[in-house]
Amino acid sequence: MAPIHTVVLTKGVPDFREGQVSFDENGHLERGKTPTVMNPNDKFALRAALQTRVRHGGRVSVMSMGPPGYKDVLREAMADVYADDLYLLSDREMAAADTWATSITLATGIEKMAAGTNEGDGRDEDAMPDLVFAGFKTADGETGHTGPQTCWCLDMPVVTHVVSLDIDPEARTLRAKRLVEGDIEEIETVEAELPCFVVADPEFVPSYRTASHRLELKDLRERTARRAEAFEDHLTVWDHSDLNLDPDYIGLDGSPTIVSSVDPIPKQPAEREATVVAPDDADGMTELVDEMLPFAAGASGGGGGAEAVADGGRTGGSDDRDTSDGETGGE
Amino acid sequence: MSSSPSDADAADAEHYEAVVVGAGPGGAAAAAALASYGVETLVLERGVDAGSKNVSGGLIYAEESAPYTIDRLFEGFREEAAERPVTDYHLHNVAGDRVKSFDITDLHEHDTEWCDAVLRRKMDSWLAERVHELTRETGGGLLTEVRVNGLLREQGEIVGVTCDELDPIRADLVVAADGVNSELARDAGLMDWAEPEEWFQGVKAVVDMPEGAIEERFGVDDDEGVAHLFSGDLFDDVRGGGFLYTNRDTLSIGTVFHLDSLVAEQAEPHELLDALLTHPLLAQWLGDEYEELEYSAKLVPDSKKVALREPHRDRLVLVGDAAGQMQAQGPIIKGMNHAVTAGALAAEAYAEAKARGDTRTAGTLYAEKLRSEGVMDKLRPRRYEAARVVGENDRASGLTDRLVDSRVGRGALRALGGRLERLYGSPYLSMMVPDTRTPYVTLPTAIAEELGEPITDVNTVEPPSLEERIGDLTYDTDIGHPHIRLRDASYEASGAAVSACPVSAEGFGGGCYRTETVRTNGSEETVVSLDTQPCVECGTCAIVADTAWEHPRGGKGVEFRQG
Repeated sequence: MAPIHTVVLTKGVPDFREGQVSFDENGHLERGKTPTVMNPNDKFALRAALQTRVRHGGRVSVMSMGPPGYKDVLREAMADVYADDLYLLSDREMAAADTWATSITLATGIEKMAAGTNEGDGRDEDAMPDLVFAGFKTADGETGHTGPQTCWCLDMPVVTHVVSLDIDPEARTLRAKRLVEGDIEEIETVEAELPCFVVADPEFVPSYRTASHRLELKDLRERTARRAEAFEDHLTVWDHSDLNLDPDYIGLDGSPTIVSSVDPIPKQPAEREATVVAPDDADGMTELVDEMLPFAAGASGGGGGAEAVADGGRTGGSDDRDTSDGETGGE
Repeated sequence: MSSSPSDADAADAEHYEAVVVGAGPGGAAAAAALASYGVETLVLERGVDAGSKNVSGGLIYAEESAPYTIDRLFEGFREEAAERPVTDYHLHNVAGDRVKSFDITDLHEHDTEWCDAVLRRKMDSWLAERVHELTRETGGGLLTEVRVNGLLREQGEIVGVTCDELDPIRADLVVAADGVNSELARDAGLMDWAEPEEWFQGVKAVVDMPEGAIEERFGVDDDEGVAHLFSGDLFDDVRGGGFLYTNRDTLSIGTVFHLDSLVAEQAEPHELLDALLTHPLLAQWLGDEYEELEYSAKLVPDSKKVALREPHRDRLVLVGDAAGQMQAQGPIIKGMNHAVTAGALAAEAYAEAKARGDTRTAGTLYAEKLRSEGVMDKLRPRRYEAARVVGENDRASGLTDRLVDSRVGRGALRALGGRLERLYGSPYLSMMVPDTRTPYVTLPTAIAEELGEPITDVNTVEPPSLEERIGDLTYDTDIGHPHIRLRDASYEASGAAVSACPVSAEGFGGGCYRTETVRTNGSEETVVSLDTQPCVECGTCAIVADTAWEHPRGGKGVEFRQG
């Protein structure tokens, strides 16, 4: 049995926490004044990868596409979940990519990584990673496209909304509990063959119920503390020519998404003006219903009330496109 | 225990040769010694860090007669993990504002190789790092934030442990070093938490000292330190005393009382501590700026009454407080050193039993070693049991009290004068001191009144309120999962906890226990209510109230920074 190779996709996003994020007077994000951090949802993907590593050994690689500043996000991934090696796909040609161009780039990066790094691992030379993890949506784009699209490029089965995970390395299968969205929250258990693509849900909880797993975790932490300080020794940076990608199919040129306009972020409910209408106030209620009707119609009519309807609804409005850093995986 | 895994669970459980529960000095010594014999040893500690749950008054001894000492098991212990050595030891007899001080350094130095003040968070976390390194080499290791909640049994026999956070673990040896309120000792039926007269309760304040203040105010060099004990009338009639130890940059100041006496007097432990902190005698050391870093509390077993002569059952051995191994040698209290010796002897016993091909004899062998190495006789001297029959009944203490207070007695005290000091310094006599008011209150008070000098210093210390003390502690509350439940909320059954609990007080709404009056249908009933959030996990209420008492889950509850 060959050791398990796990890849995690991650992305840097603006730190949207109170006190960190900065908006201009039009409600537009000021990227320059807002620090970049690891996309919060990606932490669940990293934890799922770590659980796999602790339980079954093998190796964890973390990959991102973005500007050189994302190196710090990769360092964080190494420090937090003890990643073995880091990959950054980065150059000007990749900038301003939408989720489609990002997915193509990431999938190509994963294939190149798989082809080049299996030596000495006891794995087939060009074997694909056994597992690829992505988080559920990025905090800036909020599309949730990049993970599944990357998976489509890699031609793997995909399991999304995963809240717990068991791997059987002998049988080369994965058994996952996943949230099923609906009127009531349901959890279903699914099984899939490896290699497999897994999107971790924010409710994913790793579980270490044996002492040996926890001791392994502690060993990893000690070993990685030193490694993370010299993380650049474990970092590989590839540009589009390393990946043999045609600039016409990546970055801004390779992105079919058109963002027609951008709305400012709505105010918090507490900051909005509220009018109290008593139930027996007939006039008031009529006025209220008239005001609400267009929204109800919009809900059944598909996207009414939102002005920024991109063709085919491929991506939500975010101001990613006005910056030099592209989108990456982890959505 | 809330869940008892079936035998089927036990069969395919994870296995370690030895599991040590608790990473205090007893567990650390056991684990280090086991690892030195090549035994695969897993250490499980419920605190977020070793030491975060552990409190002691603060002196650790290395006895000349002991087969093991902590610095020999852990090289560099004194330099890295301890505070100042105790190079001077004084006992103060207090009556009002008069004090008669005895130098008991001789008693302190009897059989003492060295003695250092310690703060447990620093000490235990240092030990835990060494222990993890040592045990990892033999296939085990140390894990924090894992609470062992009971014993794993197979056909009625103890074969391992069960945990909140992990699946059941089998072991050939289980070392319960889980402290004074050992859930394993209770699960094994070896200890009960029933009788207040078998326990002491201590509370402590760690007080910050400005740079150079300790050297100046106590007249010591930077590699010297002092210990002071206090008895007499400053705690009213509660049986017990106070202590002050010098750490590197802080002081440990505390009080220790017989739990039954606290209950009988309905005394508030934090107020007794304040009585010491604000006494004029302490003004010379505390100065004008009083900054309290941490308030803590701990239950102490009275080994003379509860130290187990056979602290084992099946594959389980108990060490340290869990086995009641806490020696009150008159005014001097020794606990950690005995835990260290016991832990190492338990390891030695297991290694020998294994070499003979039958690990099941480890427990019996351990008990034999406690006797042959003289540990048991220090903890539970036979002559105390003989003397106790005469000395501890109320009529006898009434008689000695009256004698001390009589003109004849007072005359004798004055005549004895300087010889009293030597009498107090006798290790033989101090082991037999009966648990009555006489040695704790009446005699020290009389000594101070007859022989004492007046204190002229003015103490300006204003200790924090109980509310402030609780507010300064760090908690990670396990919301929705209180670890203590009141089984009987009537005042008769559980009312004693309101005053005896160190983080509760009559008339204070912010503590664990409070008194409530319930009016129904014209009748009125006084009941006790419980909120475990401020709990410092000392175990007092497990003994004085009717509770279902467990520790919080791993990492939850109070976290001591000093200890």
